[in-house]
Amino acid sequence: MKWEVVIGLEVHVQLNTASKIFSGASTAFGAAPNTQASAVELAFPGVLPVLNRAAVDKAIRLGLALDATINQKNVFARKNYFYPDLPKGYQISQMELPIVEHGKLAIQVGDEEKVIRVTRAHLEEDAGKSLHEDFQGMTGIDLNRAGTPLLEVVSEPDMRSPDEAVAYARTLHTLVTWLGICDGNMQEGSFRVDANVSVRPLGQEAFGTRREIKNLNSFRFLQQAIEYEIQWQIDTLEDGGRVEQATVLFDPDTGETRMMRSKEDAHDYRYFPDPDLLPVRIDSAQIDAIRAEMPELPGQMKARFVAEFGVSGYDAGLLTGSRALAAYFETVARASGQGKLAANWVNGEIAARLNRDGKDIGDCPISAERLSGLVVRIADGTLSSKLAKQVFEALWDSELSADAIIERDGLKQVSDVGAIEKMVLDAIAANPKAVEEFRAGKEKAPNALAGQVLKAPTGKANPAQVQEILKQKLA
Amino acid sequence: MSLTHQDVARIAKLARIAVTDAEIEAVGAQLNNIFGLIAQMQAVDTDGIEPMAHPQDVSLRLRDDVVTESDRREAFQAIAPQVENGLFLVPKVIE
Repeated sequence: MKWEVVIGLEVHVQLNTASKIFSGASTAFGAAPNTQASAVELAFPGVLPVLNRAAVDKAIRLGLALDATINQKNVFARKNYFYPDLPKGYQISQMELPIVEHGKLAIQVGDEEKVIRVTRAHLEEDAGKSLHEDFQGMTGIDLNRAGTPLLEVVSEPDMRSPDEAVAYARTLHTLVTWLGICDGNMQEGSFRVDANVSVRPLGQEAFGTRREIKNLNSFRFLQQAIEYEIQWQIDTLEDGGRVEQATVLFDPDTGETRMMRSKEDAHDYRYFPDPDLLPVRIDSAQIDAIRAEMPELPGQMKARFVAEFGVSGYDAGLLTGSRALAAYFETVARASGQGKLAANWVNGEIAARLNRDGKDIGDCPISAERLSGLVVRIADGTLSSKLAKQVFEALWDSELSADAIIERDGLKQVSDVGAIEKMVLDAIAANPKAVEEFRAGKEKAPNALAGQVLKAPTGKANPAQVQEILKQKLA
Repeated sequence: MSLTHQDVARIAKLARIAVTDAEIEAVGAQLNNIFGLIAQMQAVDTDGIEPMAHPQDVSLRLRDDVVTESDRREAFQAIAPQVENGLFLVPKVIE
């Protein structure tokens, strides 16, 4: 049977405010345990939550970027459950009236673009951390993270493959860092993904029973976990079994998902409006002010790069992976007047080098101005692609401009016909065997001889001219 | 509506409140009284009235994003039953 995969994602985005969502305690990561847990996070009797304005503004920013409805009246609710890293016995969240609803996010998978609907994004507080090891049978609790503002972004079940799910998660990750509302650090838990996965026979309208994979903190784990889960569900159904609704955890060591709790143990959260917090009202002037400060969004910039510089949608998607990268590309493209060539170098050599050295574009040793100097010399025929690589190496390891390197190392491509003719005749004289083989028709093109010319110590000849002149001389 | 003993036991369990079999009868009766009051309120015709999330029709005041709390761990942990390396210790919550 042919199966269709259905995936929806819930992403917990930690908002990068200085203080917590309901108290003036610091949110800085990595402090000594419980040094940033105030009486509010510890749930001391009599304390009251006071909402952080910056958390509201950042939620509105994302809402506008998702082309969503901003609910000008939204309400906080209590989500009740008992766990030691949540001392109040309830999490303050939003249920019936979240701050953001009905958004959409365009993703690119290969050559195709697809729009994923975003159901809602609501504000809530993060919980603390439980440490289960090393305390003689006890659990250690650190409440520094408790009260960190979260925006939980919930998608519709619109994704149909692990690749689409990863593309959505990556696109959202780019967007929240682009907007400056989240630091995007997945290792530190600033961006955590839950995946709801089900399968159904292709053509069937009703959804299959879903299982939820909790707390995936890397794109690789997201991909692996969904792939494993899909195969498990298909195998289970094809063996005549049934998929029961459940929450599962992904084990990166085994690459498998395993059940955490079944539907029977599912929580009954008994949501109700939090009497400690009045409804939040956002006036239109506030939304307009935030809209006026919005940067050009990655999706808009991607479309502009395609239209303005003639790069492919795929390349434009890579180039808009971060604001810094997009700005770098745009500087190179404008300064050199060579959009496509600039895209090839930024997505090619520059990306590969940065990746190899574990750096990002902010640490790139070649400034956009210096790279554009190289691109210009490729475009005007001064450098062959081989020589361009050599200049690139020197650019990476020095502060010199491309022109200074070309001058210093004598790397200018030789396009002078007389000089190339001499090199060609030298090569013919030095390689009688290759000449014979070519004339005997063993080869369509005199590649061996051309190689000799280009490899010669003075070998900066224009490869196209070498081929042409060789053919004339051998004819 | 009327709560069964099972409903009462479930509500007590969710709230982590120990209720003995002997108490269930009395607690159930009290809860049913509360539900009676709710039923009375629900009988009122509220068509066309916007639901309120809070009894007062005012909006939330927001605070600026400024760190105002200092580290008071020592004072807080002085009254905790058990601490180690700055962590609060609680009975183990996973197997």
